[in-house]
Amino acid sequence: MLDFSDDRTWLWLAAAAYFGGFVLGTVALLRDRRHSRGWMYAIITIGYLLQTTGLYFRGLEVKGCPLGNTFELYQFTAWSAITLYLVVGPAFRLSLLGYFTCMLTTTLTLLSLLMPSWDAIHRTGIFGGNAWIEFHAALALFSYGVFGLLALTSIMYLLQVFSLKSRHLSGFFSFLPSIRDLDHMNLRLLATGVVLLAASLGVGSVYWLSDIDSVNLLKLLLTVTVWIAYSAACVLRIRQRLIAKRLAWTCIVLFALALISVPFLRSDHKNSESSPSPYTQK
Amino acid sequence: MSDAPHLFVVGASHHTTPLELREKLALDAIKMAEFQQALSTLPGLREFTVLNTCNRVEIYGVADSAETTTRLQEIFCTLQAIQAEDFASIRHTAGGLAAIEHAITVAAGLDSQMLGETEILGQLKDAYAVAQSRRTVGPVLNRVFQKTFQHAKHVRTNTAITEGNISVANVAVELALKIFGDLSTTRVLLLGAGEIGEKTAKAFQSRGARDLTVSSRTLERSMSVATTLGAAALPWEQVNSRLADYSIVVASTAAPGAILTPAEVMPAMRSRPAEPLFFIDLALPRDIDPATAELENVFLYNLDDLAKIAGDNRAARAAEVGRAQIMVREKAAALWKKIVPHAGGQTPPAPVAGLPRHLGDAPAGSG
Repeated sequence: MLDFSDDRTWLWLAAAAYFGGFVLGTVALLRDRRHSRGWMYAIITIGYLLQTTGLYFRGLEVKGCPLGNTFELYQFTAWSAITLYLVVGPAFRLSLLGYFTCMLTTTLTLLSLLMPSWDAIHRTGIFGGNAWIEFHAALALFSYGVFGLLALTSIMYLLQVFSLKSRHLSGFFSFLPSIRDLDHMNLRLLATGVVLLAASLGVGSVYWLSDIDSVNLLKLLLTVTVWIAYSAACVLRIRQRLIAKRLAWTCIVLFALALISVPFLRSDHKNSESSPSPYTQK
Repeated sequence: MSDAPHLFVVGASHHTTPLELREKLALDAIKMAEFQQALSTLPGLREFTVLNTCNRVEIYGVADSAETTTRLQEIFCTLQAIQAEDFASIRHTAGGLAAIEHAITVAAGLDSQMLGETEILGQLKDAYAVAQSRRTVGPVLNRVFQKTFQHAKHVRTNTAITEGNISVANVAVELALKIFGDLSTTRVLLLGAGEIGEKTAKAFQSRGARDLTVSSRTLERSMSVATTLGAAALPWEQVNSRLADYSIVVASTAAPGAILTPAEVMPAMRSRPAEPLFFIDLALPRDIDPATAELENVFLYNLDDLAKIAGDNRAARAAEVGRAQIMVREKAAALWKKIVPHAGGQTPPAPVAGLPRHLGDAPAGSG
């Protein structure tokens, strides 16, 4: 029986919904048909609501934004990417973006759910009751969600270039958005991610300056490095030095590196408490 | 022979009629009015609609007897100065269920010279609208045409018979859409004045390209083509220096070798590296050096590439014909059941003399 008081139950259901969207899109593509954008949006919305419920329960348990372990960080990154998709998806109407978003979130959510060690320890009070630090952390992770979506549009860009250069125009490739639309989307997402991460670092720096001992140096270095790397890519794109395929590859590689660095970004306030997860105790 | 009114279609199309004869068969506006006037007063003809396009002339009607349809054909032949025997040798005919099947087949573009083309549906709608305005359609044809339009749309939507472009010009436009998304911001440069180049340029214009510029070896020729297309003219010597201003270049000159190489294109790309440049090389020998395609953000398609895509699309459409025909038969049968009471009692009316009841007996379009 499903235990609906367990946040992981909701998160499993959310992962199932995202996986359902991915399957729906794959079946449509294999049948050489465009999937219904309305259906895809509906499935993703259902997954989003389930995931939000799961994260809400986890938030109640850890008394704050659930960013205390690797599992929570991956879940939050996936949730951020979906949030952004739900906002920009209908506005930009990029064909296949919903499908690719489902692919990314299925990977992130299932991976985190299937790794018990990532959720072995629940940390409560990780922000020391400081709403600004909580905001800083959430904003930073949200920018990772934006960079996740950017990696997806970059993959779509590379696929479209491959399709046009190699004359593979039918089937899956025929549903991809245009080169120019993807390029514009990439620039918008890149700039948005950089601004959000800058804002997050700005908020965080106020706290760090007042309590320098509390700063985890590795975490600070990683976050600042990610921001500098994306900022450099953004500036070079605006100056037309880093364009087209090179920009797309850069965004994909940077997101892969950012994802690898996620486990090191755990918030860990000096007054926080750690306890074994009820999930691992079962 | 039954005296019950019956539904029929009689006409000639590109399937059996050579172009020279089709030109004779096509009704101009004056003759069309004359013909319709004559049919309006033809005894025994209860309803009719005339479909008149460059590829087919067809009369859909409901008549009291076979004599009426014979008289109708005589009127047509007299009006067009064609021997009745000649018309009989090229005409296609169908009655009852087969006539409905034929109407849906035509409306769905399955009987068109360019399989799956959509223009015919508009032409059929226009023909029906004229018939409505002249009050020459009644309970049978109203139902037949209204349902035919619905069923044709269903067939087009649920099969791939309209997917993919099958003309070189439209394939080029489709590729441009994959690169630019929206053509309203694209500037098109037409190099040379070949016929296929002009057609392609026109296709871009019709799909909303922002502007078109023509450049040819002689300025007079450029001006002449530009005037025809409503475009601007660019002196040939300025092509290289102005290349960066354009998003799409359609090349169809008669030059003996490449007129644009990476050396000429690279400076243009350096000034706008983030903007894609799409070359459509329709010339033989080729106008654009194939090595140009290696440049970042440059896309190059030649005539062979476009023809292959058009051919593949044509084959893909043809592969869907069988499935589409099954749908047509199902829809026609369902409609026929509803039509029967209006078309002469509970049983299907007898076919017109000389007209097969089913399309399969003598396929419409096969004479």
